[in-house]
Amino acid sequence: MIHVVKRKDMPLVQALAIRFGIIVFALVVCGVITALATGLNPIAVYGTMIQGSFGSPRKVWILLQQVALLLCVSLALTPAFRMKFWNLGGEGQVLAGGFAAAACMICLGDKLPNAALLAVMFVASIAAGALWAAIPAFFKAKFNTNETLFTLMMNYVAIQIVAYFVIVWENPKGSGTIGIINQKSEAGWLPVVGGNKYMLIVILVALLTIAMYVYLNYSKHGYELAVVGESPSTARYVGIKVDRVIVRTLILSGAICGFAGMLLVAGSAHTLTTSIAAGRGFTAVMVAWLAKFNPAVMVGSSFLLEFMGSGAGEIATTYGLNQSFGDILAGIILFFIIGTEFFITYRIVFSKKQKASEKEQGNV
Amino acid sequence: MSEKQPAVSLRNISKSFGPIQANNNVSLDIYRGEILALLGENGSGKTTLMNMLSGIYYPDSGQISIDGKPVSIGSPRDAFEYGIGMIHQHFKLVNVFTATQNIVLGLKEKGRFDLAAAAEKVKQICDDYGFDVDPNQKVYDMSVSQKQTVEIVKQLYRGAEILILDEPTAVLTPQETDKLFAVLRNMRDDGKTVVIITHKLNEVKDISDRVVVLRKGEYVGELVTSEATTQEMTNMMVGRQILLNIDRPDPEMKYRMERIRVKNLTVKNREGVTKLDDVSFVAYTGEILGIAGISGSGQKELLEAIAGLQPVDSGSIEYNVDNEQVEQLIGMDPLKIADMGVVLSFVPEDRLGMGLVGSMDLTDNMMLRSFRRGTSPLADRKEPKHLAELVVEELEVSTPSVSTPVSKLSGGNVQKVLVGREIAAAPTVLLSAYAVRGLDVNSSYVIYDLLNRQKGNGVAVIYVGEDLDVLLELCDRILVLCGGKVSGIVDGRTTTKNEVGLMMTKLGGGEDQ
Repeated sequence: MIHVVKRKDMPLVQALAIRFGIIVFALVVCGVITALATGLNPIAVYGTMIQGSFGSPRKVWILLQQVALLLCVSLALTPAFRMKFWNLGGEGQVLAGGFAAAACMICLGDKLPNAALLAVMFVASIAAGALWAAIPAFFKAKFNTNETLFTLMMNYVAIQIVAYFVIVWENPKGSGTIGIINQKSEAGWLPVVGGNKYMLIVILVALLTIAMYVYLNYSKHGYELAVVGESPSTARYVGIKVDRVIVRTLILSGAICGFAGMLLVAGSAHTLTTSIAAGRGFTAVMVAWLAKFNPAVMVGSSFLLEFMGSGAGEIATTYGLNQSFGDILAGIILFFIIGTEFFITYRIVFSKKQKASEKEQGNV
Repeated sequence: MSEKQPAVSLRNISKSFGPIQANNNVSLDIYRGEILALLGENGSGKTTLMNMLSGIYYPDSGQISIDGKPVSIGSPRDAFEYGIGMIHQHFKLVNVFTATQNIVLGLKEKGRFDLAAAAEKVKQICDDYGFDVDPNQKVYDMSVSQKQTVEIVKQLYRGAEILILDEPTAVLTPQETDKLFAVLRNMRDDGKTVVIITHKLNEVKDISDRVVVLRKGEYVGELVTSEATTQEMTNMMVGRQILLNIDRPDPEMKYRMERIRVKNLTVKNREGVTKLDDVSFVAYTGEILGIAGISGSGQKELLEAIAGLQPVDSGSIEYNVDNEQVEQLIGMDPLKIADMGVVLSFVPEDRLGMGLVGSMDLTDNMMLRSFRRGTSPLADRKEPKHLAELVVEELEVSTPSVSTPVSKLSGGNVQKVLVGREIAAAPTVLLSAYAVRGLDVNSSYVIYDLLNRQKGNGVAVIYVGEDLDVLLELCDRILVLCGGKVSGIVDGRTTTKNEVGLMMTKLGGGEDQ
């Protein structure tokens, strides 16, 4: 007979040791599977994965930038999630922000000085993202609509709008894409800071992480949204205006998504496509959950996911394996990490007494 | 009694939930044909212990034996097989089904399903023990006590020989309690075993043959009820000497003034059902106004209407700031009402639903009302932390620390946190509903004392209570609600339990008016 029993609180060191141990164990399991399934030397495969992410300074910077972009979207979703508002519209909100930034670059690129253009882009992209999130928030607050479906649907609306404007702004005509925006003038491109074109994004997201950590844990707003999430009836009872908190929080959430969209368009891709968010709106959900909505831990979880993603790509090209094989390994590792949380909170007891007493009963 | 074979015997039972040790090495015997009272304060592990007997939890260590044979009870179904049935505090009935349908629900009987025969058998059981229930009545038409009866009959129908009742009288009127006790005695005389979990001493005296006392998860001792005094049992339960009188200081007449004036208040709920019907009364400063009534008679709506949380259909609620300035509370923002000093400490059935946030720690719960203070965008946690420590110390809240989530505290401690916070707000009107709901003797007296201190400070206290004995001892005046109407307002010092009980069930209390 198996029982699940809640553990006594585990010391932090021990919990960390278990988490670390489980990653090592997951790597061993992955190694065995790799060896059995592909006949390759697992150590070499791991080496390649690491090579893929850290092989050259450029690779490191690309990884850092990817981590920063994913982290930015994850940070955006976190206040909504802490409020138990399941914002699955990150994708659409990022796209809305990116769209607004691209629109400014295309329409105002030769009309404004670069600093003013960047300022306008900043305002436009956060406003667009905020609007995209505020619409479902308003309906949730007023009519208690299902935010999960609503935000999800808003993604498709955003995709269709962008698809339409990609054709409007097509360059060159007939290509079906916008191409690199303002390639010559670089108007509206994020400036290069510290001699590295990836540096600015990393710095901005690092600052955002700190700000979000403080906002969630120490501000009055952060406290209010936690109360609303945990117990709306208590919130009403102590005079918190629940509707207002919902809309306000989602405006913040959407605004940061919009900002991430601007970083993508102005800082990284310099173009606009319908797939520019590249699933970050959804991956960010996983990042946030893995970190239990703690911005500091999210740095680690977004790093982990990006690292495994780039590693998976690298082994696919190096060994001619299917890209899915890298994803399988990433999946196994994630499975172990998530599973660990269960064993840290609970332990399993196999009771032998059951058998003994059954025997006794049988004898009587 | 010791020569008899115990029906159930628990040996060295231990159970812990994470860091909380709910039961530690408990051993006790339960015999056939007796009513055993399991007495203990909140969090003393009474319910946990019995849940292990009824298959809800599984002990970490120890052995349960039934009729001398060691058994392993891994699920409620196992418990059924050993003839153990438990009636929980929250009923598990399907509202749209009849009594009989609920009773046979989930049973796997061989052969054709015959509802009429089942109804006949239910009727037979009811007649045998003197239950008052119509097998074909739908559950949604039933009173709380009838629902409880259905739960008991359900267990008997399934052949329960050992019946465990978890605080069965918490939801009953005195008259209904008497009825319940009568059938329990019939069952005992029929050779069945009854275990009743309670912390009400008068009930222990009234119904049980033997009483086992638990304290902090451990077995303290047992007494034969007829030889024990209430004081003796209290001392065992609490672990020290405690006085069993509720203080009732006379109201200070010199500064007495009308504080809240409710006139012709009518409230309908969302479905349009009238919950309060033409209610009028006055609450004075420096007095405790008790509100009695069967649960669901409009108590909750009344307090929420005063606190601004409940839309009102007609009538007025006036708040006397002083003798000149009068404010109309209806239509006012709840936040503003609270700022004027009208605070509501409502302890709902689930204890956490309103007023506290379960996953937050004590400190964060303390600041629920006050966190907006100041202009800084950051929340100040120093003061709330200090307040939390004060409440923990003054009200003897047992918690590992002030950074423990309140959902991890036992019910009584959760309540102390809630009441402590409301009182700390220095109110002028304290609306308190079920402040001692489910609390043990010791904690209850702490709360009564707090209410009395508020009264002494000139606060108008409105106390909605469930226990009539307490209402009669604590309150200066008692307003009795019956089906949303005021059945009468009586003087707490001169009225009797019988009078109030009658007024609760019948408007005006029958022959009196």
